[in-house]
Amino acid sequence: MASAVTSPPQAGTPQADPARRRRRTGAAPRRLPYLLIAPAGLLMLGFIAYPVLSVFYYSLQHYNPTKPWRNGFAGLDNFTRIFTDDPHFWGTLSFSLKWVVVEVTLQLLFGLALALIVNQTFVGRALGRALVFSPWAVSGVLTSAIWVLLYNSQTGITRYLADLGIGEYGTSLLSDTATVFPAAIVADLWRGVPFFAILILADLQSVPKDLYEAAEVDGAGRIRQFLHITLPHIRDAIVLSTLLRAVWEFNNVDLLYTLTGGGPAGETTTLPLYIAHTSVDAHNFGYASALTTVAFVILLFCSMVYLRLSKFGGDGK
Amino acid sequence: MTAAPAPGAAQAPPPPDRTPPAAGRKRRPAWDEVPRWQIYLPLGIYLVFTLVPFYWILLFAVRPAGSTSLLPWPMTTAHFEKVWTERSFGVFFQNSLLIGIAVLVMTTVVALAGGYALARFDFRIKKGFMLALLCSQFVPGALLLVPLFQIFAELRMINSLGSVIIAETVFQLPLSMILISGFIRNVPYSLEEAAWVDGCNRFSAFRIVVLPLLRPGLVAVGSFAFVHAWNHFLFALMFLSSQSKQTIPVGLNTLMGADSVDLGALAAGGVIAAVPVVIVFAFIQKWLVTGFSAGAVKG
Repeated sequence: MASAVTSPPQAGTPQADPARRRRRTGAAPRRLPYLLIAPAGLLMLGFIAYPVLSVFYYSLQHYNPTKPWRNGFAGLDNFTRIFTDDPHFWGTLSFSLKWVVVEVTLQLLFGLALALIVNQTFVGRALGRALVFSPWAVSGVLTSAIWVLLYNSQTGITRYLADLGIGEYGTSLLSDTATVFPAAIVADLWRGVPFFAILILADLQSVPKDLYEAAEVDGAGRIRQFLHITLPHIRDAIVLSTLLRAVWEFNNVDLLYTLTGGGPAGETTTLPLYIAHTSVDAHNFGYASALTTVAFVILLFCSMVYLRLSKFGGDGK
Repeated sequence: MTAAPAPGAAQAPPPPDRTPPAAGRKRRPAWDEVPRWQIYLPLGIYLVFTLVPFYWILLFAVRPAGSTSLLPWPMTTAHFEKVWTERSFGVFFQNSLLIGIAVLVMTTVVALAGGYALARFDFRIKKGFMLALLCSQFVPGALLLVPLFQIFAELRMINSLGSVIIAETVFQLPLSMILISGFIRNVPYSLEEAAWVDGCNRFSAFRIVVLPLLRPGLVAVGSFAFVHAWNHFLFALMFLSSQSKQTIPVGLNTLMGADSVDLGALAAGGVIAAVPVVIVFAFIQKWLVTGFSAGAVKG
């Protein structure tokens, strides 16, 4: 579709010519890039762009299949309700932000430290890397399953700690409002840190070694080398992976949905989780769409910051 | 596009080697002389944090019900048998595998085509397209469940694996395309042009010259797509209604009902869920870091 719209007519070329060329080389070069991006473009138009637009549309509607008599145009009703009359919105939004900030900061610090360590040469490095990175492959539900086992009040880690005299029997870290947040954070760190470390390590390896040699000659110690060579070199990678990760952590539903279900008492409900509950369990599609739109605007703001910082797409090939 | 290169450009001589470091150098350079304990101690601590959860789930999977031993002895396979047959993890496993492989193939092929266009051509909507790729990173899949559900209902694809395959592929595409176009940019264009001179067309030049060089990157992208599709939960939960169509993560979730958890079954299910991704990971992990640094999110 894109090719039909944008491909300019080939001025001065006989009609038959492009066709002949297409037979020989696969496609006329001018159309080729459009043909190549067409599958991806069409898929994304149909299954991302169109759903996004329909979310915007539904955000202006009362739309609840279980209450058809109320359905219809709602104007900005949904939005006014979100900001003035929703008992959950501000709570879930602030929990989302708290979750993202704590989680991403810790992932960055641990990930950076881990990347710096496994970037060294040492005996057993390959094995060490493989082992510490392995939770990368595990995610969402499986992470929850593992940590549900670890946190279980009867047979989990607290039981064995209690045997050693630490804490009490029957402590359930996931159903106590005081411990559920750190417990969920630790579970998510387990799989998040390796991913961060992999991204940072990838960039660490591109720092030219002779810079360190030069610094060495000038008598700079390890800390100064880190601050003046390493850090500036990987700054972009850190900025990008942090922002990307922040958005992923914001959007991620799998872990909390299965680990805590948003509980206890809504304590760990993020905004996307609240939206999922509103649409899937309460069937309030119109209101969920309005919530989605608000979340989307927040994320769009993040993406603009991201674009600014990364100068993405600036210099083509 | 540059003009055809001079004949023989394909075998451009490698840049002259820099003189090897002076032989008599005694001290190792500072970035390499971190005291060993400063490596092994923190790594060891982190390793414990990484491995204890893995050990825990393995332990519960092979330990007979009721045992509180911290050693996996005596062993039993009862939990696995129960989960595999009674809880239909055998069926889930097949479905997940099918979805994972289909997503892997579709994502790689579609992203390869798109990534090639982004790396090698300037065209009018390129900037807009790149921007769309990037923005799509900020669209949360979970928030699009309702419209996606309607689309698949319209297409009569609810409760067919196709819906999940399409949805997972679409959400994998943007990042995959960005990564792959990065890999292609790292292959000198002159190599392709030399192949044209030797009589290749664009496609065969790509196949013969570029594709082999892309292999590590494609492995990274493909396995990334597989792992995501294998692990992801929400689309399968929403679009697949009958149990015979469900996937491993959904099966795991049903085993996790709040209080009356069958821990042995849950652990066995978790091990089954982990095996394929851990195999994939072991296979690709050496390429992962190079893959990311080559294709990096640097734009």
